[in-house]
Amino acid sequence: MRATLNLPPGFDARTGRFGAYGGRFVAETLMPALDELSEAFFNAWSDPAFHVELDTLLRDYVGRETPLYHAARLSAEVDAQVWLKREDLAHTGAHKINNTIGQVLLARRMGKERIIAETGAGQHGVATATACALLGLRCEVYMGAEDVVRQAPNVKRMELLGAQVHAVRSGSRTLKDAMNEALRDWVTHVQSTYYCVGSAAGPHPYPLIVRELQAVIGREARGQFLRATGRLPHAVLACVGGGSNAIGIFAGFLNDREVALVGVEAAGEGLDGKHAAPLTAGRVGVLHGAKSYLLQTSDGQIAEAHSVSAGLDYPGVGPEHSYLKDTGRAEYIAVSDDAALAAFQQLARLEGILPALESSHAIAALQQIAPRFGTGSHLLVNLSGRGDKDLDTVLAELDRRKA
Amino acid sequence: MGRLAEAFDKARADDRAALVIYLCGGDPSLSATVERILAAAEGGADVIELGVPFSDPSADGETIQHASERALAAGATLPGILEVARTVRARGCEVPILLFGYYNPLLSYGEENVVRDAAAAGVDGFLVVDLPPEEAEGLRRHIANAGLDYVPLVAPTSTEERIAKAGAIASGFVYYVSMTGITGAAATGLSDAARRAAALSPQLGHPVAVGFGVKTPEDAAQVATHADGVVVGSAVVRAAADAPDPSSAARAVRNTVAALAGAVASARR
Repeated sequence: MRATLNLPPGFDARTGRFGAYGGRFVAETLMPALDELSEAFFNAWSDPAFHVELDTLLRDYVGRETPLYHAARLSAEVDAQVWLKREDLAHTGAHKINNTIGQVLLARRMGKERIIAETGAGQHGVATATACALLGLRCEVYMGAEDVVRQAPNVKRMELLGAQVHAVRSGSRTLKDAMNEALRDWVTHVQSTYYCVGSAAGPHPYPLIVRELQAVIGREARGQFLRATGRLPHAVLACVGGGSNAIGIFAGFLNDREVALVGVEAAGEGLDGKHAAPLTAGRVGVLHGAKSYLLQTSDGQIAEAHSVSAGLDYPGVGPEHSYLKDTGRAEYIAVSDDAALAAFQQLARLEGILPALESSHAIAALQQIAPRFGTGSHLLVNLSGRGDKDLDTVLAELDRRKA
Repeated sequence: MGRLAEAFDKARADDRAALVIYLCGGDPSLSATVERILAAAEGGADVIELGVPFSDPSADGETIQHASERALAAGATLPGILEVARTVRARGCEVPILLFGYYNPLLSYGEENVVRDAAAAGVDGFLVVDLPPEEAEGLRRHIANAGLDYVPLVAPTSTEERIAKAGAIASGFVYYVSMTGITGAAATGLSDAARRAAALSPQLGHPVAVGFGVKTPEDAAQVATHADGVVVGSAVVRAAADAPDPSSAARAVRNTVAALAGAVASARR
């Protein structure tokens, strides 16, 4: 339990920026709500009672700490010692729950009676609906109409958990449009409603709140790694969509300069075609309240992202990652749909684990990263979620490639 | 004094509110936008908000979302929108034009570049929906250097401190958002919002126009009874979109604006 907040490197609490990135690019109507949220967050974070409640739920309800697992057969295959941080074993099957439990506790503390969220693949929506069921708050989730079709089981899950799911038919009908619609709801019901953002993105203070709530991954992993090996890993790998699981595990190692941090974006069909890799192949801009790297046209319109993994299918990225890229503290690479699908099958066959397609990108990146560090090196991968949700997609994609 | 402040002064001298009309640039084409601006000016618009379409208009309701989609599908770009302003001026129309939109297209074009090119095109000022005072310093500096106006927003949720900040950085006028919500939403308490805006005006030291949810001449009259200005967007955009062909769309804009202008002119009688 920590009752004080050590601000992240490069972060300015006055401007809400990580270096040049982040800030608050929202309609005036929302500015006071963001001030209120910042104050409530700093207040909660310095209150030991908040941490007792959060940590108890993370332990007894989410199932933390999640294991650190040495993947021996995968290690032999990639010729390096591979360790998996098993966020896939957290309740609801992904790291998303770490964030939603914390934010919904914060919302309740602020006296908000209604929670809204955006979701792409449905994982954050399920995690928000779960936290709301647990804490007895009303929940409404915005989801692109395309994603409602593609991720039908998660829609049913959210509904079983008592949430109302709104299919968003504007724009490209995917995650970015769901976020636009959630912002429209929030600006309309700002007094009564808490907006539970799902990634380390959005206007300040969301990137800070989400990274602090996900930092539990890195704190645990660092301690577990030291206990298991007596040393720190050579490199830490995590997939990056909005970037919450990556910033969560990176947070534990940011001050260990000798540990390489590698974020893995979705190269989709290739970086010269349709992809979801703003850090690797994008340009700085402003979307959804923050300045960060973005996929955009030469005229400043937001470009549609593509990834086989719905959770990475987003044209923006959390601002702290943009800062870590520019400072060189983290390195960002991109992995294609094909490589992620191969890694999905590889982990299933070698370790008996079905990884989420998002996390499969981090597994696939081992092929590029392991040779750099060599046989005896220790590589830590954040296995951010489980792959059961992706079975339909994976089977359809594999069939399509055979045809 | 800029054209925007002049327009509000002139309306005040006539003991009426200024009528501000929003049109989405490039919806459904750049040439149609030129005709609609001229039609709106003929109909009695005192100020035109020329919308720069954006792919992710998160503060807008369906009407302006669809207008933005039409504009982008037809290939509208920021340089094209500036060309609209230039053409309007070339055709002898001096109605004040406020460039209205989201930040990313401006940032992408370059803050200094967009201000320079907008000034050259005959644009009078900027209103950027997702750029609160805290983030606007850079753009404002260029706008001030070019002698253009910067119009900030004040919302029902704005604190006294934030209202004061808006007044300190404003030029031309201040835009008061009538309710917590998005453009084109159902109006709630327009009269109260207009009274609030009228009370803010002396405190801010600038005219205050009220927008969001003002659709009909009756709505406009309610606002115009108290406030320095009335903004109508979605209702005009929809009137044009519902018209069967381009010339009747321009006519629909002129008629809609004329009805609004009539209501505004007689509101205090």
